[in-house]
Amino acid sequence: MRALVLLLALAAPVAFAAEESVRLDAAPIDPRDVASLQAGARTFVNYCLNCHSAGMMRYHKLTEIGLTEQQIKDNLLFTAEKVGELMNVALTRKDAKDWLGTVPPDLSVIARARGPDWLYTYLRSFYRDRESATGWNNMVYERVAMPHVLWMLSGQQVQVERRFKNMEQAEAIGRQQKNAWKIDTLTPEQAGKGGEQFVLKTIRTEVPGSLSQLEYDVVVRDLVNFMTWMSEPNQLERKRSGYVVLLVLLVLLVFAYLLYKEFWKDVH
Amino acid sequence: MAATEKRPVTEAGPFNGLLTWIDQRFPLMESWRSHLSEYHAPKNFNFWYYFGSLALFVLVLQIVTGIFLTMNYKPDAAQAFASVEYIMREVPAGWWIRYLHSTGASFFFICVYLHMFRGLLYGSYRKPRELVWIFGMLIFLCLMAEAFFGYLLPWGQMSYWGAQVIVNLFGAIPLIGPDLAIWIRGDYVVSDATLNRFFAFHVIAVPLALLALVGAHILALHEVGSNNPDGCEIKKATDPHTGIPLDSVPFHPYYTVKDTFGVTVFLIVFSIVVFFVPEGGGYFLEANNFIAADPLKTPLHIAPVWYFTPYYSILRATTDEFVLWVLTPGVIAFAGLIIWSVKNTVLRAAVAAVAIVLLVGFFTLDAKVWGVVLMGVSVMIFFLLPWLDRCPVKSIRYKGPITKAAIAVFVVAFFVLGYLGTLAVTSGRTVAAQVGTAVYFMFFFLMPWWSKMDKCKPEPHRVTGK
Repeated sequence: MRALVLLLALAAPVAFAAEESVRLDAAPIDPRDVASLQAGARTFVNYCLNCHSAGMMRYHKLTEIGLTEQQIKDNLLFTAEKVGELMNVALTRKDAKDWLGTVPPDLSVIARARGPDWLYTYLRSFYRDRESATGWNNMVYERVAMPHVLWMLSGQQVQVERRFKNMEQAEAIGRQQKNAWKIDTLTPEQAGKGGEQFVLKTIRTEVPGSLSQLEYDVVVRDLVNFMTWMSEPNQLERKRSGYVVLLVLLVLLVFAYLLYKEFWKDVH
Repeated sequence: MAATEKRPVTEAGPFNGLLTWIDQRFPLMESWRSHLSEYHAPKNFNFWYYFGSLALFVLVLQIVTGIFLTMNYKPDAAQAFASVEYIMREVPAGWWIRYLHSTGASFFFICVYLHMFRGLLYGSYRKPRELVWIFGMLIFLCLMAEAFFGYLLPWGQMSYWGAQVIVNLFGAIPLIGPDLAIWIRGDYVVSDATLNRFFAFHVIAVPLALLALVGAHILALHEVGSNNPDGCEIKKATDPHTGIPLDSVPFHPYYTVKDTFGVTVFLIVFSIVVFFVPEGGGYFLEANNFIAADPLKTPLHIAPVWYFTPYYSILRATTDEFVLWVLTPGVIAFAGLIIWSVKNTVLRAAVAAVAIVLLVGFFTLDAKVWGVVLMGVSVMIFFLLPWLDRCPVKSIRYKGPITKAAIAVFVVAFFVLGYLGTLAVTSGRTVAAQVGTAVYFMFFFLMPWWSKMDKCKPEPHRVTGK
């Protein structure tokens, strides 16, 4: 038993030595915010739904975020004829492979695979990188194949590295960042004489886009809000019906309990 | 018995005539009495005794929701993933049926694990209930098969790669392994052929076996009568006139109303998950499974669903070092212990022979093979519980400190293994899993000795109040 505790105690620090990755920002989304969902739908259709499909999503489902069929038809139907169609794109898998090197994933349920926080941080973490094929790289997704499609809005960022002697100091500066940041730890040999082992990586805007950083964050927030809603369009109905079901079950619980006690009162 | 000889049914009001007609042609009243209204169950069942009826409830729930899912699901590699989303989005209440089914899978295992733990606590597997336990274990095996086959059907990345990993385990078996793996898959990799046959197993073959085994489990139980938290046999103290055990109540209505209450509490907990957190924090529905299966992209981290992770941990813990430093001395020590404890010469020789074969195997076959063997043994070992436990009493209430400590350590090891099985491997985690694996097997293999050494209190003749 003591050996077990000892071994577990020895194992613990190894088990929890964290592999360094970007701290994800919490996406400030709200699936009940219809205006935000509609704005997100517009961004999605204009910027994403050219290479990426959302092939399990029907345009008609957008009526559930407050749009009329006419509004959908007038503003959002670029790649389809009827509102009853699925959000597919003209790009075939083979062409995508030839032209882009990889098939852009379908985004219908991507928010459930990646999580809204990941998407929110990812879309705000592109930076210029001469060495990549597209000229762009990403803090969250190293060497991602997708270029920064929203760059005209966000402007162009570059990665900045700062070195620190201790982790706490690096983290303190990191937490003040409005965008993604991460800390790489160097070996003492790599750090050299100064002993500055901790490299804080952040991004800085070099060429401003058409939006301020705050406005851009709102655009991404709305987009992620929409994608999260789209990944499970019935989520609000699910929660609403959940309350009703629980209420009914609680009433049933009272009667089930009373019935049980009534039958058992003579059993000693 | 001829139709006219049976007494007519008298207590069903307007249905007397109909029930009499049926009863004279079918053992209706007899079955009703022997399994419900005159099945005499101990009156002192506690919290742990809810999980048998709850498991049965979840089985029915899975079958009913499964039928509705089958109406819209497409077992086709090109359509499966999208057809699940079709159910989630376009089939009326499809999302509800699907979440009931996916959450039901996890809750099935929660109920069955707690039901088995109850058996462990109160010695429900002990004589004369060995066969009840064995049928129960066969149900557990079927349930694992059912869950494994079903998990491929959504055709997400975890479905695909999880199936790939598990089927490849069979490939580790010497000589026949690689051909066996191809035979199971029906292809060289998991593919449309695999999906189709797993669908067949999931929706008809295994459920049929499950239902038959559940029937056998209950029939065997009703033959010998239920155990209770005190572990004493209620049939030893009966009413001299009626022959009914004094400490019993008829299952119906007493336990039917009590279990109705239990099912209601269960449904509340279950509904909280279904309606508010259907992913169960990534444990019930994994995030990676919302990415369609891609045979060309292996995920960095492949983990089975939580209910398989303790065994998966044992598989991964079996490294070359583990075989050399733990299994080898373990087998030598265990063989020595048996040879020292038994008098029978034939048995001694047999144990020595098995030990030698194992030791030769340890140094000739790959550690992966032994990982698969250990994983298999870690599940199968439960079958032997009725014969491993040598305590004079059944219930933990009257067992001594050794049993209590052993069960506590085993539960900790089971949870640690389960947790580690969900994580990626690091060297530290492997050491922890190896300690857990050693504890897991020591619990079972040394049980005949520690359970006999334990200082037990005498079992009461009658059940106690609580």
